[in-house]
Amino acid sequence: MAFIDYYQILGISKTATEAEIKKAYRKMARKYHPDLNPNDKDAEKKFKEINEANEVLSQPENRKKYDQYGENWQQAEQYENAKQQQAQYQRGGQQADFGGFGGGADYSDFFESMFGGQAAGGRGRQRAQYKGQDFNAELHLDLKDVYTTHKRTLTINGKNIRLTIPAGVENGQVIKITGHGGEGAAGGPKGDLYITFTIDNHTNFKRDKSNLYSDVDLDLYTAVLGGEITVDTFDGKVKLNVKAGTQNGSKVKLKGKGFPVYKKEALFGDLYINYLIKIPADLTEKEKELFTQLSKLRTS
Amino acid sequence: MSTENLITLHTLCTHYKVEVSFFNDLNEMGLIEIQEIEEIPYIHNDAIYEIEKIIRVHHELEVNLEGVDVVLNLLKKIDSLQKELVAVRNRLLLYEN
Repeated sequence: MAFIDYYQILGISKTATEAEIKKAYRKMARKYHPDLNPNDKDAEKKFKEINEANEVLSQPENRKKYDQYGENWQQAEQYENAKQQQAQYQRGGQQADFGGFGGGADYSDFFESMFGGQAAGGRGRQRAQYKGQDFNAELHLDLKDVYTTHKRTLTINGKNIRLTIPAGVENGQVIKITGHGGEGAAGGPKGDLYITFTIDNHTNFKRDKSNLYSDVDLDLYTAVLGGEITVDTFDGKVKLNVKAGTQNGSKVKLKGKGFPVYKKEALFGDLYINYLIKIPADLTEKEKELFTQLSKLRTS
Repeated sequence: MSTENLITLHTLCTHYKVEVSFFNDLNEMGLIEIQEIEEIPYIHNDAIYEIEKIIRVHHELEVNLEGVDVVLNLLKKIDSLQKELVAVRNRLLLYEN
C-alpha cells in the first residue's frame, strides 16, 4: 500500500485554499467524469482518484489529519481508533456517491487506512438513490461459436451468470444484461452488465454482418469450359455449376448460405464466392504445343 | 390509457430529491417527455437512465441545462461514431490478409 499524494492528484500546492481545491476538483471532474467518458477505464480510475483527493482535501478535518500524518499515514489508524473511542464516532451513513455510473465509491487502501471505508465527511450522504454501477465485461468467442444461438455461463465479480448468446452477434457488439451490475446506492436499483463481444475468425470465410465471402480456386479448364465443383459453405459443402467462360475475380452469390442475421431466427445472409482462376504452370511439351495451337486458332 | 412502464413524476422527484420544476424544464427543453394521464404526470421507465445522467452532469459538474443538452448531443454523436468505427473496422477485415 503506497502513500498517495492528493495534492499532486489535484495538481495543487499544499498551501492551496479551499477555493483553489474546489476549482481544481471541478476542472478535473469535468474532464474525467464517467458520464463524459463512457467505457474509458483510465478516466474512471482517474475520476475515483480525484474524488478521493477531494474527499480528503475539501474537508478541513480530513485535510488536517492528512497533512499531519502524510507519509506516516500508518499511525493514523491508531489515531482513528483513539478518536472513535472518545467521540463514539457514528459512521453509519449510506455508501457515498458515484454509484450510478461505473465510478464506484470504492476508495484506495490508503484512504481506508486513514479515514475508514466510508466517506468520512459525509458529503455524499445527502445524495439521492442511484442505480448501481454498470459492469463492463469482454467476451472472446470464435466465429463458429456465434453461428448458432447458445447458452454460456460467465463469472462476473464472483457470480455466475447464465446467458443466451444469440446467433449472429458481431465483432465489437455490446449487449446489455439488465440488473446484473453493482448494487444500487442507497437502495437504488442494480446496475447493468455490458458485454462487448470480440469474435475471432479462424475460418477461410470473411464476414461482413450476415454476409460471408470466400475465395475459391478454379482450374483453367473448368473456367473455360464450365463444369461442376464442390465448395465449402459455413455449414457444409455444396455443389456448384460453373458457367463456361468464367472470368478470374468473378463472383457468385449463394443465397441464404451466409451467416445468421442477429436476432432474426432462421434468416441468413448470403455467401459470395470469388473465383480465383489458377493458370497451369510447368507445362509439358505436348501441352505447350496444344496451347500454341489454341492461340493460333484465336489469332487467325 | 395504461400506465404500465410509466413512473409518476412525483415518485421521481422524491427518489432523486429534485423539484418538479426541474423535470418541467427538461420537458420544455425536449430532453425528456412527460406524459399526462388523468392529470397525473408520468415519465417512461426507459428515460430513467438518461434522467440520472442529466441529474449527475447538472449537479455534480454544475453544468446548466443548456450545457447538459450540448453534452448529451455530443455523447450521442460519439456513440454513433464509435458504432460506425466498429462497423468500418469489421469491413476492413474483408480486405486484410
